[in-house]
Amino acid sequence: MALLQIAEPGESAAPHEHRLAVGIDLGTTNSLVATVRSGMSVVLSDESGRPLLPSVVRYNPAGTVDVGYGAQAKQSNDPKNTIVSVKRFMGRGRRDIAHIETLPYDFVDAEGMVKLKTVAGVKSPVEVSAEILKALRLRAEASLGGDLTGAVITVPAYFDDAQRQATKDAAKLAGLNVLRLLNEPTAAAIAYGLDNGAEGIYAVFDLGGGTFDISILRLSKGIFEVMATGGDSALGGDDFDHRVFCWIIEEAGLTPLSPYDARLLQTRAREAKEYLTTHGEAPITVKLGSGEYVDVVLTTEIFTEITRTLVQKTLAPTRKALRDAGLTVEEVRGVVMVGGATRMPQIQHAVGEFFKQEPLNNLDPDKVVALGAATQANLLAGNRAAGDDWLLLDVIPLSLGLETMGGLVEKVIPRNSTIPIARAQDFTTFKDGQTAMSVQVVQGERELVSDCRSLARFELRGIPPMVAGAARIRVTFQVDADGLLSVSAREQTTGHEARIEVKPAYGLTDDEIAAMLKDSFSHASDDAFRRALREAQVEAQRLIEATQSALKDDADLLSTLERAHVDAAVTRVQSVMIGDDRRAIDEAMQALGQATNEFAARRMNQSVKRALSGKNIQNIDA
Amino acid sequence: MSLDFNADHFSLFGLPLAQTIDLAALENRFREVQSQVHPDKHAHAGAADQRLAMQWATRVNEAWQTLKPPLSRARYLLYLLGHDPQVESNTAMPMDFLMQQMELRETVMEARKAGDEASLDAARSHLLKEVRGEYQTLAELIDVKHDHAAAAALVRQLMFQEKLLHEIDDALEAVTE
Repeated sequence: MALLQIAEPGESAAPHEHRLAVGIDLGTTNSLVATVRSGMSVVLSDESGRPLLPSVVRYNPAGTVDVGYGAQAKQSNDPKNTIVSVKRFMGRGRRDIAHIETLPYDFVDAEGMVKLKTVAGVKSPVEVSAEILKALRLRAEASLGGDLTGAVITVPAYFDDAQRQATKDAAKLAGLNVLRLLNEPTAAAIAYGLDNGAEGIYAVFDLGGGTFDISILRLSKGIFEVMATGGDSALGGDDFDHRVFCWIIEEAGLTPLSPYDARLLQTRAREAKEYLTTHGEAPITVKLGSGEYVDVVLTTEIFTEITRTLVQKTLAPTRKALRDAGLTVEEVRGVVMVGGATRMPQIQHAVGEFFKQEPLNNLDPDKVVALGAATQANLLAGNRAAGDDWLLLDVIPLSLGLETMGGLVEKVIPRNSTIPIARAQDFTTFKDGQTAMSVQVVQGERELVSDCRSLARFELRGIPPMVAGAARIRVTFQVDADGLLSVSAREQTTGHEARIEVKPAYGLTDDEIAAMLKDSFSHASDDAFRRALREAQVEAQRLIEATQSALKDDADLLSTLERAHVDAAVTRVQSVMIGDDRRAIDEAMQALGQATNEFAARRMNQSVKRALSGKNIQNIDA
Repeated sequence: MSLDFNADHFSLFGLPLAQTIDLAALENRFREVQSQVHPDKHAHAGAADQRLAMQWATRVNEAWQTLKPPLSRARYLLYLLGHDPQVESNTAMPMDFLMQQMELRETVMEARKAGDEASLDAARSHLLKEVRGEYQTLAELIDVKHDHAAAAALVRQLMFQEKLLHEIDDALEAVTE
């Protein structure tokens, strides 16, 4: 079955070459999906024309799930089963969550990440997020009229490995092929930079519903280079709402609240905050469940006073990021404001004062991240011609380290290192005949292991028995372009590949994801088998196109015999992909991958050589 | 030009083995090569290409991050030249240098306790000036005098001083917040 894809009118690419790709901003409060249409990045609205999807998921007793406005409308009536701001729980344990006592949910203690007890069963934040992503995927597929090749999902730049992994798992669960996890401020920088032809040093100040990021970038000749990033993954507009919420309780002298009243007051608090953006005071009138009335007035002065420390909390990471980049405020050419919470005049004022310049507000702070992500998705899907492109060089936000003797942290990869990056660390045995050891990996800037986030404990087994100190185990930490860590180990003296047993402190195993997938399909009308087959077919088509394009450019790198092998493997994929045997398609794709391994390596060498050639003479003169 | 994934960092960017390098040329090369090999350029290709792209981009980043700062460049260069400074195992330093460093460190710790930003700033600019001079000496020792043993000793001292600079930065951060 060949898939037909029809291009937008005016699209320059030939229909079969244009791949459907989207950018998704999975926000704390609202989420969006955008795509590139006729060369323009646009947000895809729902059938009622609304661009935002509130990041709210409600589980119903019948097993059905509401996402977005429908769920939001019910949040006060059914607070326990209506999950808002789930992003705050991603990759987070119970003790990491601020104001957990004021939240109406039934938390379930789970290893690593919290879970929530709902009427439809215990749900992981990954599953809740997957519902939001799935709603956006369906919206995009309906709007674009076909299956998606892939998606770029944005994450706060300051998200750690656990939070990133959880986001990627959620996307997988939602049936999305993740082209890249992209940092939100970097996505905004693409949207701003490409629109304005910006060159020079820019700061992106991104205060969302639940997270704060500050990134310092250098834009130069089509390269977006992140020089430093900082932030607070638990600071956002929600915290300003919470201050107002606490103020109302104190001002009105309220006793402990029911979950219904708490949710209601939180909503009113947010509305009052938003009202103050354009007004001097906000009257707050609420009828509580008991019939009691709350009637208070929040003035700008009071709001400024009760949120002063929150505003200050954004400036410390900003200062640190600038210092990490080795820059002063005078060198910053512009400050791009991103995230709904930057609408607050208090934030605008503080940022303007800090950077000694008016912040740039010419982009819609709610949409800019999704628009940038769509632009990047379009590039990654291969819809742009070579030469008509750009390159992102992003960094890891937090240092990666290892536990050493006495609970101290040995830094292996420092924060703000450009990714992808790998570092190797050698270990040795402590006792004669020792065949196993345990390595704890942490992320954070503090010196004590207990002050950092534990990412995983690795058990190295199968070390050949030797006298103490003789074995050399080289552990390699690789951070990929999504900012995700993987670990491998090898015993150096014997060449033994030590078996690594990864016990992640968070995250889901492949089995868990498979189980969740099965579970979600049993409740939905979506047919798991057909969907998986379709995905394999799309993937096979993509692989064939990539191979054929490589053969067209660099056929001379292969001998006649090698070429015949590759051609045979391509033919094999083509012949099985029209059938419905998914395993056969997977196997044929794997065989094609193997047949082109060496070819890929030669092409890469050649492209590096080409990039450097012609520059040599110039350099020797210099 | 021969090109090999396992070439040394200098050869990777087509630069001569020297402490004094053309930083602008290094940066241009880095950007040109990274524009070819970065995983984003291969996101729509097959799994084999993607894996290779990650390995290459990692390799290129490592070379760039090693060659860009003068201290790591010197460490790496001396290692290539057969005079690994062995900064982890060789901690022998001249006595007067050590004394001077200890005094400086004490000043910094006291200033931090007292919240004395001006003293920290002064210590910082003093040390920075000293370090800058030493980098010039280092380049001369390696590129002109070819005295690699003396250069290795200076690298060990500079490791010490760079660490102290970091501590001053941390102290400044703590004091200003």
